[in-house]
Amino acid sequence: MLIKRPADIKPSEITPESIYRNRRQFLGASSTLMLGAALGGTSPLMAQDARGDQLKARAPAGLTRSEPAAWWGDKFDNIQPAPDAEPFFTDETLTPYDDVTAYNNFYEFGMDKGDPKRNSGEFNVDPWSVEIAGEVDKPGTYNLEDIVSPHQLEERIYRLRCVEAWSMVIPWIGIPLADILKRFEPNSNARFVEFETLVDEDTMPGVRSRFAIIDWPYREGLRMDEAMNPLAFMAVGLYGDYLPSQNGAPMRLVVPWKYGFKSIKSIVKINFLREQPINSWNELQPQEYGFYANVNPNVHHPRWRQDTERRLPQTLFSQNRIRTQMFNGYGEQVAHLYEGMDLSRYY
Amino acid sequence: MTGRSLLKPAIFILALVPFGYVLWRVFIAQNLGPDPAQELSIETGEWSIRYLLLALAMTPLRNLTGQIDFVRNRRMIGLFALFYASVHFLAWAVFVWGFQVASLGAEIIERPYITIGFGAYVILVALGVTSPKVMVRKLGKNWKRLHRLVYVAGVLATIHLLWIQRSDYVEVVLYGGILAALLVYRALHSLNKRRLSRAKAS
Repeated sequence: MLIKRPADIKPSEITPESIYRNRRQFLGASSTLMLGAALGGTSPLMAQDARGDQLKARAPAGLTRSEPAAWWGDKFDNIQPAPDAEPFFTDETLTPYDDVTAYNNFYEFGMDKGDPKRNSGEFNVDPWSVEIAGEVDKPGTYNLEDIVSPHQLEERIYRLRCVEAWSMVIPWIGIPLADILKRFEPNSNARFVEFETLVDEDTMPGVRSRFAIIDWPYREGLRMDEAMNPLAFMAVGLYGDYLPSQNGAPMRLVVPWKYGFKSIKSIVKINFLREQPINSWNELQPQEYGFYANVNPNVHHPRWRQDTERRLPQTLFSQNRIRTQMFNGYGEQVAHLYEGMDLSRYY
Repeated sequence: MTGRSLLKPAIFILALVPFGYVLWRVFIAQNLGPDPAQELSIETGEWSIRYLLLALAMTPLRNLTGQIDFVRNRRMIGLFALFYASVHFLAWAVFVWGFQVASLGAEIIERPYITIGFGAYVILVALGVTSPKVMVRKLGKNWKRLHRLVYVAGVLATIHLLWIQRSDYVEVVLYGGILAALLVYRALHSLNKRRLSRAKAS
């Protein structure tokens, strides 16, 4: 199925104007780079053939991974590099590729951090389709190609903070979430958006476990204005390369100001809703996990202190423990979303 | 040397194999991953529970088989549970927290799963300290009473494990199931014994 290029939907239909204006400010920062792209080759920055050559981070050489499908190749040859300034970039030390791809919480593939890499060999992302449902004018089941290919891929370097009090810095490749969601033309009733992960007993040993208490499929949700925030990102790759299965191939959310479990992996359904959806962890342990799950050093989780975090990788003799920042350091971009809310209640 | 006198050193060496494996992972394979402190804590914690359950199984095994060697090696196996629990505790305190005493104290007080795990550890230390023959003699009747706390340690350790798990309880079910079976056996056994002695008395 092919999507016709939809007419531009007015941001005011989805997002309050003030937030939309914020977004413009952001984009201003990277406009110089975009201008360079538009002039095509005249900018010294763009002198090289493929823009991919200017990516801030590349997967280690010698890594041979087959592309999930032929059309991916073209998209990945043409990636907008990350800008030089926050918030779409941070100069903190990147967590190495091997660690980002070998230390994962993806319980569909097992409980241990190494399980997702170990157990995702059978996982197949082609063909992949995504169901778009709920309060949208263009519902339906779309091929991944139809969802991804109209968009320019861009690189973003974000901090990722897990509720388990460890963190990483990861160079993602993807598309602003708002740009994807708008194409399906959410109507004025859409106040929340819910995402679902694939459940496939054949290729996901974790969902076969009789002792797992998650009610699959794994579900996550965002308030519409959160989803439309320019920081919210739909990743299809990392380190300039396709997303490995264990990191949520072929398409996953990245919401850098929230704990990692909000950044749902391997998405097969996007559902626009009037009411706040129930996310899996909140359903499982409501006294421990809320809907918002904003990174907050002042509100501790019953199992993990949240005022510090261990930045990975660490070694046995360097804990690499750093202070956790409010909204994971993205307060300037997102604090206004929660004005007047008691964040110790809405954790 | 007889077979029997070889048994003790053999068990001793066998019980150290997991520790050797951990050292190998730390220093030679260096495959603990990006979060080695956590990995080390998890691995040694699991070995501690396994040895604790094994020590608890010794008396029932003696009763069932009549083989006295089970009880002869019970103390050593229990001490290995303490040994792995110590490595577990130290790995957490030193490698996860850099031995910042204030943070450790706060964690032990504020995180219920750590409070309970620490409780289990304190019991194991108390049992370890009172395990030499001298202490058995000194404590007399109280020794047995004190050492019954090993069951409390087992229950606390299992709850500790339960509260760390985020969503899959396969290990808790396994270890908890073994512990429950051992407790049921003990209860039935002592009930039976009491009935027997009453029958004899009448």
